[in-house]
Amino acid sequence: MEPAARLDQNHELTLKDFPYIIRWRSDRCKRCGRCTAVCPMLAITPSVTAKRTVGSFGPVPNPKVERSVETVVKQSSNIANYCTGCATCSLVCPNEAIEPELNPTHKFLTLKNTGGHPYTRGGRRNDPLVSTLDRLKFTRISMLTDPALDAGRHEFRIRTYLGRILPPDELPVTVSDGNVAMDKNSKIFIPPVREIYPVMIGSMSVGALSPTMWEGLAMGITYLNEVEHMPVVMCSGEGGMPLRLLKSRFIKYFIPQIASGYFGWDEIIRAIPHMVEDPCAIEIKYGQGAKPGDGGLLMGHKVLKLISEIRGVPIGVDLPSPPTHQTKYSIEEAVAKMIQSMYMAWGFRVPVYPKISGSKTAKSVLNNLVRNPYAAALSIDGEDGGTGAAYNVSMDKMGHPIASNIRDCYLDLVKAGKQNEIPLIAAGGVGKKGNLAANAASLIMLGASAVSIGKYMMQGAAGCLGDENNRCNVCNIGRCPRGITTQDPKLYRRLDSEKVAERVVEIYKSLDVELKKIFAPLGRSTELPIGMSDAISADDPAIAERLGISYVC
Amino acid sequence: MCRLSAITSGEYISPMENVLSLETMKEGHDGSGMGLILKDLGGEFESFKKYPILSGICSKSGMKELDNFMSASGFKSVHSWHPKIKPVTGVKVRDCYFANVYDYPDEFQDKSTTEKEALLLDIRLKLRAMGQEDESIIVFSFYPDILTLKEVGDPIQLSEFFGLDQSSLKAKIILAQGRQNTNYAINLYACHPFFIQGYGSMTNGENTAFVPIREYLTSRGLPGYIGYNSDSEVFTHILHYTNKVLGYPLKYYKDVITPLKKEEIEDRPDKDFAMYMKMCLRFLCIDGPNCVIGFTPDGHCFMVQDAKKLRPGVVGGVPGKYALVSEQCGLNSAISERDPSTDIYPMRYDMVIVSPQAKEVRVWNQLQGWTKTMN
Repeated sequence: MEPAARLDQNHELTLKDFPYIIRWRSDRCKRCGRCTAVCPMLAITPSVTAKRTVGSFGPVPNPKVERSVETVVKQSSNIANYCTGCATCSLVCPNEAIEPELNPTHKFLTLKNTGGHPYTRGGRRNDPLVSTLDRLKFTRISMLTDPALDAGRHEFRIRTYLGRILPPDELPVTVSDGNVAMDKNSKIFIPPVREIYPVMIGSMSVGALSPTMWEGLAMGITYLNEVEHMPVVMCSGEGGMPLRLLKSRFIKYFIPQIASGYFGWDEIIRAIPHMVEDPCAIEIKYGQGAKPGDGGLLMGHKVLKLISEIRGVPIGVDLPSPPTHQTKYSIEEAVAKMIQSMYMAWGFRVPVYPKISGSKTAKSVLNNLVRNPYAAALSIDGEDGGTGAAYNVSMDKMGHPIASNIRDCYLDLVKAGKQNEIPLIAAGGVGKKGNLAANAASLIMLGASAVSIGKYMMQGAAGCLGDENNRCNVCNIGRCPRGITTQDPKLYRRLDSEKVAERVVEIYKSLDVELKKIFAPLGRSTELPIGMSDAISADDPAIAERLGISYVC
Repeated sequence: MCRLSAITSGEYISPMENVLSLETMKEGHDGSGMGLILKDLGGEFESFKKYPILSGICSKSGMKELDNFMSASGFKSVHSWHPKIKPVTGVKVRDCYFANVYDYPDEFQDKSTTEKEALLLDIRLKLRAMGQEDESIIVFSFYPDILTLKEVGDPIQLSEFFGLDQSSLKAKIILAQGRQNTNYAINLYACHPFFIQGYGSMTNGENTAFVPIREYLTSRGLPGYIGYNSDSEVFTHILHYTNKVLGYPLKYYKDVITPLKKEEIEDRPDKDFAMYMKMCLRFLCIDGPNCVIGFTPDGHCFMVQDAKKLRPGVVGGVPGKYALVSEQCGLNSAISERDPSTDIYPMRYDMVIVSPQAKEVRVWNQLQGWTKTMN
């Protein structure tokens, strides 16, 4: 007997299997077609349906059947064309006739592996629950025994250091006539240190980001430094930087990143003799919080002319960075060779630090760095960090949360008495629910010297649509509806880099006010409250115990 | 907010002068404790200047234990002083208040000062640990020419209790603090002034940066940086660390606890060092509100304020006798014969330093250098 599968479409998916279901209202729709034109996934298409209506007109019942064809907006039942919930359709609809609706009972992950290809996406870990950082609050409020400071009137110094700081007993000094001076004749190497704003923009590459997005961030950073006098710095991500930026005086606000693909470094090295300023620092990427233990990836359709020039590669080829630097097979080699080579490139004037994924092995890495006289910092990127392209399983299930990772590392430094020698930079999920200042301050009080943010900037400065319910998250296919993570001019033209820059400045200025509003009641204004763990509490006893802070309820 | 009264003099003075000065500032302390440190002792201690004095409080059994331990450690008792206790309502009498003078063990007679200091610190810490659990032994200081007295109560009551008005106890530098308790349990180890290896200091205010500072100090690997029943004990240890361990001149203490901004450092003649010191001692920055008064082993006394200048403090006097106190009324009580118009109120960038024997007062300003001298 012939199977009936084709007759009743038994092997097709139902819309209830999809993560987002399009709610389209025929009565409101003017059939302009904009929604179907902008859908990055081709999840909706213009279609027609046969319509049969039975009506009766006149004084006596006289049913008549009328057949007509109606134009509709149809949602695809093809898993490749799933609706990501980005809602660009509702953005362009003139009549509010369409919007995607989250379907909490979807079976998307069981189905998104056609052709034996696992689900890949951009974005972050899809976990809409409240993060550990958002379970922390500031409970040591200055009340009567010491006065709370006035966040609006007091002078606050919200600065931190990037670079290895010699311990005071190793500092080569001479004392004479009641004054202390640095010993100019000493052969002791004093590593370079930068004073920066404690919240930096983390590594996002030209390539992963569109030209307009990256330029907007860069302009915002420059404005903050030059006009607002806030020394905010930004990491380039892997893949180099525009040549004219490398050769400009603004390079001092940027941290070029070198990763296992070494993309962009031919161009950077060639630019060194022409540099008028040193970069702020150099970041060596060993791992990324969003996809720990996995390499970087820039898909070929994002490798267009500009990117190929910056990275020194042909147009249109996939650019995978290996999970590890292929020339390094041990940490002592990696630390000794890589860090020192990068130091040498700039005459030992530029701090060089590694960035790793959050991991149980972070303490071992730190232990090695502590004993290396050149390591300028350790950046740890927790599991809630974002990425432009990764396997879903890497994002959802791999990695280590940042809170306990940074705390463990800090307490290890305290045990060794090295807490002020190697700054810890914390990243991964900072501002996940929008509480940027509170999350950053919490991490600082857990022991971070600085905090790195990425997704928050994309959302805050450019309106990134992604969230932890897997909304949008198509950074990897070059069809970012906001024009943030695409190299398609039709899409990135939507994004005005001037507006992005303006938002970067607005975000940092408001962050600065909020940080003051946090630090002022704690009575801290002169130095960053690094490790001030008595000021924070958790509303969960297990979290409190794990982080070595108080529990409040 | 506690009240502080320090007097430094070319002549021996009685601690009653400090007590009476504290009494005038009574609204600022609640009778939860008074601490006294006497340095450069006169009276019956004048002839024992080179011998270490162990100051503390013991139970009867604790005293026996202490005596056994000291003789087992090779220390020979030279002199012993006990205050004549007069019971006063509200002050709980403990078994034994003492200041014992010892001679060093034979093997230490010819050792260097550094080695002797390390031994005294080690002995003090061991004794502290011995009595920690049941408070049978409480020791405050063990150092030559230093005597410490502490008890819970109001300063005037305690002066009666210890019979200070009748006592021959005298010194050239005396620090006294009347406590306003901000902890629930009153622990004598939380009572100011604090002392370590020749350095003493007392504070009023709250140290909001206490935990990072404590973690930094305890991780230096130096014995003696323990305790911290009071957040103010770290000020004494920061002083010890910067002046003794690192060897920075006293004026840099101010730069350590209240570091300047980067742009403020630019105009300093020692800017390279000041900038690096700001970075490498970042964890020792206090964030106020605090007024710190202290002394160094060589007899300098000082007063510094936090960077926000949120606590009162005034220095004044006449050549040969200066007082460093919380409020002007306390200064009036301590040295009434001075010209009040010459009083110095140190502000956020200032550190007032009085030389040994109270010969000269100088003001160090972090931005302008030495700005004022009284002599």
